[in-house]
Amino acid sequence: MAMTEEAIEPAALTVSDEVAVEIRNMNKWYGSFHVLRDIDLTVYRGERIVICGPSGSGKSTLIRCINALEEHQKGSITVDGTLLSSDIKNIDTIRSEVGMVFQHFNLFPHLTILENCTLAPMWVRKIPKKEAEETAMHFLEKVKIPEQAGKYPGQLSGGQQQRVAIARSLCMRPRIMLFDEPTSALDPEMISEVLDTMIELAEEGMTMLCVTHEMGFARKVANRVIFMDAGQIVEQNEPEEFFQNPKSDRTKLFLSQILGH
Amino acid sequence: MSDTPAQSVAFVRETQIPPSPPPASESGALKWARDNLFSTPLNGIMTIVALFLIWRLLDFAVPWIANGVWNSDSLAGCREALDGAVGACFSVLTERWNQLLFGFKYPSELYWRPSLAFILLFVAAAPVLFSMLPRRLLYFTGIYPFLAYWLIWGGTILIPIVALLGFVVGYFVFRSLEAKSFAGAMGGAVVGAIATWWIGGFVSEAAASVLAFEPVASRDLGGFMLNMILGTVCVSLSLPLGIVLALGRQSDLPIIKFICVIFIEFVRGVPLITLLFVANVVLAYFLPPGTNFDLILRVIIMITMFSAAYIAEVIRGGLAALPRGQYEAADSLGLDYPQAMRLIILPQALKISIPGIVNVAVGLFKDTTLVSVISMFDLVGMIRGPILASTEWNGVYWELFSFAALLFFVVCYGISQYSQWLERQLQTDHR
Amino acid sequence: MSTLADPPSESFRLSMLLNDTRYRSLTFQFIALMLLVAAIAYLGSNLVSNLRAAGLNISFDFLRDPAGYDINQRPIEYTSQSTHLRASIVGILNTLIVAFLACITATLFGVLAGVLRLSNNWIIARLMSVYVEAFRNVPVLIWIIIIFSIMTVSLPGPREFRGENPTASMAFFESVAFTNRGVFIPGPNFTNPLFASAGLNWLLVLAVLVASWFGARMLAKWATDRHEATGIRPTTWYYSLAIWVVPVAALLSLMGLTWEYPELRGFNFQGGIQIRGSLIALWFALAIYTGAFIAENVRAGIQAIPKGQTEAAASLGLRPNRIMSLVVLPQALRVIIPPLISQYLNITKNSSLAIAVGYMDVTGTLGGITLNQTGRAIEAILLLMLFYLVISLSISAVMNVYNNAVKLKER
Repeated sequence: MAMTEEAIEPAALTVSDEVAVEIRNMNKWYGSFHVLRDIDLTVYRGERIVICGPSGSGKSTLIRCINALEEHQKGSITVDGTLLSSDIKNIDTIRSEVGMVFQHFNLFPHLTILENCTLAPMWVRKIPKKEAEETAMHFLEKVKIPEQAGKYPGQLSGGQQQRVAIARSLCMRPRIMLFDEPTSALDPEMISEVLDTMIELAEEGMTMLCVTHEMGFARKVANRVIFMDAGQIVEQNEPEEFFQNPKSDRTKLFLSQILGH
Repeated sequence: MSDTPAQSVAFVRETQIPPSPPPASESGALKWARDNLFSTPLNGIMTIVALFLIWRLLDFAVPWIANGVWNSDSLAGCREALDGAVGACFSVLTERWNQLLFGFKYPSELYWRPSLAFILLFVAAAPVLFSMLPRRLLYFTGIYPFLAYWLIWGGTILIPIVALLGFVVGYFVFRSLEAKSFAGAMGGAVVGAIATWWIGGFVSEAAASVLAFEPVASRDLGGFMLNMILGTVCVSLSLPLGIVLALGRQSDLPIIKFICVIFIEFVRGVPLITLLFVANVVLAYFLPPGTNFDLILRVIIMITMFSAAYIAEVIRGGLAALPRGQYEAADSLGLDYPQAMRLIILPQALKISIPGIVNVAVGLFKDTTLVSVISMFDLVGMIRGPILASTEWNGVYWELFSFAALLFFVVCYGISQYSQWLERQLQTDHR
Repeated sequence: MSTLADPPSESFRLSMLLNDTRYRSLTFQFIALMLLVAAIAYLGSNLVSNLRAAGLNISFDFLRDPAGYDINQRPIEYTSQSTHLRASIVGILNTLIVAFLACITATLFGVLAGVLRLSNNWIIARLMSVYVEAFRNVPVLIWIIIIFSIMTVSLPGPREFRGENPTASMAFFESVAFTNRGVFIPGPNFTNPLFASAGLNWLLVLAVLVASWFGARMLAKWATDRHEATGIRPTTWYYSLAIWVVPVAALLSLMGLTWEYPELRGFNFQGGIQIRGSLIALWFALAIYTGAFIAENVRAGIQAIPKGQTEAAASLGLRPNRIMSLVVLPQALRVIIPPLISQYLNITKNSSLAIAVGYMDVTGTLGGITLNQTGRAIEAILLLMLFYLVISLSISAVMNVYNNAVKLKER
């Protein structure tokens, strides 16, 4: 992996015992296809969780359920003390508390980078334009592309676009960030710039759930790695233990496949 | 022994070879003709046939146009002036110019009013068509429909002002309530606008002579002016209706979707003529008893419904072309449905749909000639009716229909060229 | 997003109708439905009171009354004593006739112009662009009227064919007369018919042609089997030509096919087939106008095939005509055929402009004279719309079947 080598000092990252996301006995079906089976997961504030697993194992669906992009049919999801129900106000509250970064960036191509970042704060949080722009510039500086603020997404490289997408989410001041394979649509030389941004975010104590295959990132940043297969959580552990000493056969097979060469 | 052959393969170039012109047979007009006109025997034959056809056409058309008579007062006068030679009788165009443009009933001393409205149309359309013009011009675009109504139909200026005021009040009500709830703001805006119109109705009735132009009845409109009025009014009205229908058809709500699908498929399944028949003889049955909508208004209603269905299908294509991720990104940021549509989805979908919308608009403008079938005197209706039926000009087919064809060609070709230019513009935009 | 089930423990509150995703969509749909019902009720009550005020009712009985008007082009038997219903059917047949003729001709024009517009012959390509732009940008109604004027004003009257030194003469070896009353062409006749009714004889000819089609299909299948078994494709074009020509020719000569030529008798031509100016105007105007649109579809379809496809096929060693028939055309047709079918639909709908030149299609009979004579505006227009809707929906159904059949199989 193209990253700086030293791992983050675990002590620098505090995991509080305050619960950020609580998923209890959650099930989801697509028609008759059972995608998520009895998911139980508690995420504490400040945790950095990496979710991995073969494609089709339900890992993306899991994090998309957390901000109600997908509906679940059974069980409960509580985000920041708010129970995710079918109340539209409830859903809106949760979505504005939870930031999401997509595989294909999903920037709005008809708006400039700055407008992409100020749109939701202005319309959802009702923040005045000037203030929203200041916040946006602050986060664009943080992801190291303030000079691109006036450009359109189509004029940026993939890595830059993904960093803008992260900044766009941060402008909503979320308390939890979800990452749905943020690096898998990127050219190899652009992966590290996005991962660096994510590492910085982790260092600031953001609660993060990342679906990713970047095992280097997992080793370095995560405090917990979850392995999913066939809609279930098969194994979860601290990264060191997870990679060195996987318990389940399916985990072993998966790790041998992705670390094989 | 070594692996290399006796002569060394090593080679270094030290001087650059200067570029030189191609052999003579590879350039010039001769090569162009050989490549583009006579590359194969079949191509050669086609070239010769095409040249022959063009020559025959020009051989007829050039003297016909060149010998044209521009100033006589009847077909007989033309024949006299031509004295047996081949030539067109363009005098009908100069003689009946005003009728062709304005119809035969519009008061001739008031021609300046629709002419001014026509010129101002370009000013109003310019900021919509060319995004590099100052945005402030859009205010004029907003005022234009009311101004044009006043110019063409006449009457007191209070009516269009009250109408405009209703929209302005509605807009401000919407803006002030928007933050709370979109649906509530829309409802408030409608109530505000209707209240304004209701109050304004009394005022304008009481003061019918304030700044009043001589009124002109709808049935007195005609000629190319009628085609222009129907075209611009119906396209502008059908755009918002088309957007609503397209959103309805893409909606998750089955009943709303069903209603929109039925409407769109019904309108697209029948010819425009049948809808014009409806406007002509059936629509009156469905309107409140005692009211008397004039024919042009009924026709506008039906043509607007017609083109709205086609525009809805174009916009639906644009909506479907947007990646799913755009909807998801808007959702994940916490935007609600009206916000997501207004800020994210529609701006992009409409941009993709512009060429399709322009095609519908061109088609609609051509279809406005169909009103001549229900005995309205648009350009075609004028030619087939009063002009060809008159004793002076009975039999001047080619000049009149060539003129009509040319007029439509100029407008429609102009619009489609604009659309292609815009498409190229959008392709390079933001990329 | 909709229902997120499980904790439904909370009790129902009225505000949930607006705020809960489970009820919100129902609320909106209910409001929409109510508005629709209200609108329909309003229009319906207007209709009822307007009809009552005018002393009218809705009834389709008029279809059984005698029509009392003549139709000059009668594909089936019809007199002015026939019913309005029969007049409408004659109109429908006339619509279908002109639509069918125009579709075929428009396809010919369109494919030719579309392909030639891509030709490397500069002048031909230019000429085709001029054709496409000139015809697309002028209303079809104007084209119909222009061609109708040519047919009725510029062509000589039948009496100009008369006398020692006629000013007009018949074309194509004295077989076709172009007059302002229409074009007269030779009509086929059987001297030795197998059936008494002319229709049955033609049905027999059609049956033989269908049989030939099956024969040709079998031949092609045989050739494909040989090709797959041996690797060599047998040359079959002369067999297939024979399969198409021989049986029909045999049947026609058995029935004694002769041609009846139009002749000038009295004030008009008699014999042969008369094609009226209004039909020709409508037919050719629709064909040329729609052909310009089809040309654009064809051009777009051919250009939609990436150059890489041709290059890939060429690098495999296929020859140009095989590249065309095996790689380019199958892909281009997927792009061309759907818009082509909707152009056919447009032709059918635009054929309603027949009323402008007095061609008696269904709009001219049912929506024209029948409507004016009976005053049954609502009923007549309802039936008229229904007819066009049925045609449109059937054509859309065909298109959907085609689209599903050729859809690229993708993950």
